[in-house]
Amino acid sequence: MADFLALIVAKYNYWLYIILMMIGLYAMIAKNNLIKKLVGMNIFQTAIILFYVSIGYKTEGTIPIIQNAHGDHGSHGAVIQAADYINPLPHVLMLTAIVVSVATFGVAMALCVRIYQRYQTLEEDELRMRLSEK
Amino acid sequence: MKLLGFIIVCLVGGFLLYGTGELPDWGDPQSPASLHLSNDYIEHAVDETQVPNLVTAVLADYRGFDTMFETAVVFCAGLACFLLLRDFRPRKDHYYRHVPTGVVLHLKDSSKHLAVGNEFEDMDKEWVPSDIVIKTVCRMLIPFIQIYALYVVAHGDFSPGGGFQGGVIFGSSLILLAISYNLKTLVKRVSEKFLSIFAALGVLIYVGIGAIAMLLGGNFLDYSKLAPLIPIDPGHIRAIGMLGVEIGVGITVMAVMVIIYINIVSEGRHEEGL
Amino acid sequence: MHWPIDLIVLTFVIFTAIAAISVKDLLGTAILFGAYSFLMCLLWAVMGAVDVAFTEASVGAGVSTVFFVAAVFRTSRRTKD
Repeated sequence: MADFLALIVAKYNYWLYIILMMIGLYAMIAKNNLIKKLVGMNIFQTAIILFYVSIGYKTEGTIPIIQNAHGDHGSHGAVIQAADYINPLPHVLMLTAIVVSVATFGVAMALCVRIYQRYQTLEEDELRMRLSEK
Repeated sequence: MKLLGFIIVCLVGGFLLYGTGELPDWGDPQSPASLHLSNDYIEHAVDETQVPNLVTAVLADYRGFDTMFETAVVFCAGLACFLLLRDFRPRKDHYYRHVPTGVVLHLKDSSKHLAVGNEFEDMDKEWVPSDIVIKTVCRMLIPFIQIYALYVVAHGDFSPGGGFQGGVIFGSSLILLAISYNLKTLVKRVSEKFLSIFAALGVLIYVGIGAIAMLLGGNFLDYSKLAPLIPIDPGHIRAIGMLGVEIGVGITVMAVMVIIYINIVSEGRHEEGL
Repeated sequence: MHWPIDLIVLTFVIFTAIAAISVKDLLGTAILFGAYSFLMCLLWAVMGAVDVAFTEASVGAGVSTVFFVAAVFRTSRRTKD
């Protein structure tokens, strides 16, 4: 029982991330509206970003900004312990991923507007019907 | 389709849940991701770059190439929106409102224009009277948002922030202008040519700083070689180089956000919008 | 890191995600998606990733909601599911 409790405490975050990811995947597969599909794509994307950021987390660490970096030389000589600071590398990778995600989201929205101008609908089944008519 | 999707989702989710058994515990300082490269960054970044915010140091210096091409991706997204939606055909109908009486004039002849001034004002087809409270509050708020955006860019070395965030905040202040007044006000103040030039200029600043470092005999984006150009303590030269790069990123992101917004909301006409 | 905050925010995130994809009005989806992004930003701030949280607050909860509303304004609010 104690083992099982320890397992839950160590892993429950990952389980919730996977649930979030699957919500996004389900929306991408099963939803009929193109904008709903895009929302699903963004949920999937943020779930993966969440997973990456949580990999860098350390229980005893603080935010990755070094304290007293420009202070007097006494503190400057102090050795920086890597275990005291959260891993900055996943943050860097995911920060650029978020900005690229909003850029691709804008392009996807532009495509949706273009599709609506031409076919007057955003529903997938109606789009298929309009396409097969021609 | 719904049932099939649900089955697929359950299968994939089950496999992923099974896979979590092999992952390191949550928040474990000894997990493989925190053992090799990142410790080197944490321990030596301040000595090597004089930048206390490790995320900025890694983003703009150690992984400068990565960020450069991310900026190029953002620029390409703005270009794609422009090419998808921009429509140069002139609008046929024009609507004007007579300010003292509130009478709306509808001009169907596209060759005639009324002089917009104190007497007549331009209006959209789906016109909503904008509230004076919203207009005044937004007009007062926008300069402060812009100052904050500049602070975020300039202070990215020492506190959370940087070019991406500052650029987005500056772009959203311009979008706020378009929402609280109308789209024509924004397009009149910040023309399309200006935005396009700025979107390209940001990428050019980034690449230019890298190329100058190369001309001075270093590697591409090696900021320490910029020391002869800037009379400052040579220890801080990498921080100054990073600031220049962040300014480039911020300019591109600002311009691209506004370009995407204007093109989506007016379907490429740049006349009517929210 | 305080695990109760983490758990509460994560539960809210999952609920807003489900609500955002199941509500039958695209403008409602836009607002719920903004709320989702903001809760995600809180989660990252709790996790110590301040730069990522800042980016998500300005990008996800700010600009992408505006793009969403603009696209819904130019297309339609109607959705079948």
